[in-house]
Amino acid sequence: MKNKYSVFSLIKNALSQHENWQQAWGNPEPKKEYDAIIVGGGGHGLATAYYLAKKHNLKNIAVLEKGWIGGGNTGRNTTIIRSNYLWDASAGLYDHALKLWENLSQELNYNVMFSQRGVMNLAHNLQDVRDLKRRTHANRLNGIDAVWLNTEEVKKFCPIINTSPDIRYPVLGGTLQRRAGTARHDAVAWGYARGASDMGVDIIQNCEVKGIKRNGDKVEGLETTKGFIKTNKIGVVAAGHSSVIANMAGLKLPLESKPLQALVSEPVKPIIDTVVMSNAVHAYVSQSDKGELVIGAGTDSYVSYTQRGSHNIVEGTLKAILELYPIFSRMKMLRQWGGIVDICPDASPIISKTNIKGLYFNCGWGTGGFKATPGSGDLFAHTIANDEPHKLNAAFNLNRFVSGDLVDEHGAAAVAH
Amino acid sequence: MFLINCPFCGERDQSEFSSGGEAHIVRPKQPTELSDDEWAEYLFMRKNIKGIQFERWNHVHGCRKWFNVVRDTSNDKILSVYKMGEKPPVNYK
Repeated sequence: MKNKYSVFSLIKNALSQHENWQQAWGNPEPKKEYDAIIVGGGGHGLATAYYLAKKHNLKNIAVLEKGWIGGGNTGRNTTIIRSNYLWDASAGLYDHALKLWENLSQELNYNVMFSQRGVMNLAHNLQDVRDLKRRTHANRLNGIDAVWLNTEEVKKFCPIINTSPDIRYPVLGGTLQRRAGTARHDAVAWGYARGASDMGVDIIQNCEVKGIKRNGDKVEGLETTKGFIKTNKIGVVAAGHSSVIANMAGLKLPLESKPLQALVSEPVKPIIDTVVMSNAVHAYVSQSDKGELVIGAGTDSYVSYTQRGSHNIVEGTLKAILELYPIFSRMKMLRQWGGIVDICPDASPIISKTNIKGLYFNCGWGTGGFKATPGSGDLFAHTIANDEPHKLNAAFNLNRFVSGDLVDEHGAAAVAH
Repeated sequence: MFLINCPFCGERDQSEFSSGGEAHIVRPKQPTELSDDEWAEYLFMRKNIKGIQFERWNHVHGCRKWFNVVRDTSNDKILSVYKMGEKPPVNYK
């Protein structure tokens, strides 16, 4: 790494008033041709480029981003990382990502502030209890740490939760994954961008893709706002806008794009040292290092690209938060925003080749893509480089919607939908 | 968040309605004849348009009737509302 960050570089730069830090990634103009182009400069796209350069020795690659890197869903999520999914295929995928998270700051020489503070999923009715217990067993068979907590243990683990049996949706227990936690979302995008840029990847911001040039059943390049760029491998990682890009290639995807909202409160002293998710009432809460409560709400039911979301969704979430955490009743919310999430019918992602040669899609992460960022990038890079999926993402192909071999994580996996 | 002009009840808040997704997906007339690809197309593949979309809505907390809406998904503006069975307006493409 050209400019390795360390305590010594920090001291050295402190002595020069921090005025000589070098740019962390380049700002090049696009070349005429690349060996591969990644469309979308979010965490997943930058991670894909990073692993393509690092593990597959593809150096002549570019990442095209229509806005600024990490400005989409990477910068809009609630940063929850966990791998306690029900099905074997999902467990393999998400735990692969979690294992990469555990060493990511060292790998990137960039502090992604990965904090394994645990993620607790609450059960509010008897079916929740059965489903979550089943999931803990499935997790443990797959080597993923998971424990069932009864109501008293939930209260002990997170004392501010209201465990009164008299509330509308009483806490009947919960599951806990201790290896799960949070990370700093911007740092993930920046760390991967810096690492990729260091290996010669061109990160081109403010460059929107306008069309995909095809010659028969293979791709030839991209029409962009910065002109035509030739390539025969295109990896699309455009989250909510995946269908828009697919449409340019004459392809239809099994996706619906919907606004998902989150909000943060004013900063307060440490009050909640873990992540608590409550799927039945759609309320997720953790506390950022700045002290803000980070609250995740649900998606709207309709297709929209507005990055806003409906007020009634936020209202419903805050009602649930207030009942579960009466201590927050006087907290003021500072900011609210929406991100456009691309949801698959089976609530599992697509990391796949398409029937167009050289066109690959990594999409459908829906409401929970952030946690998978390193694994998604690693496996998508493998798929692009070898024109074959890795065994961990083989099940997440586009053809599963034709064969019927779905990875149905809806409701089954503590996923929020 | 927006208002929807239910053709039966008039203008109401969107939260009274439930979205039925893309409109005019025709149910297969002879399901036994369908190939796997055609089933996938019917069941799962969606246009998911950024822009003008034809969609179905149900006034679930009102008259509980289904109807069609033309909406711009890039700004949530509703351009037209028409009843089930009526021809979609032709001035939007």
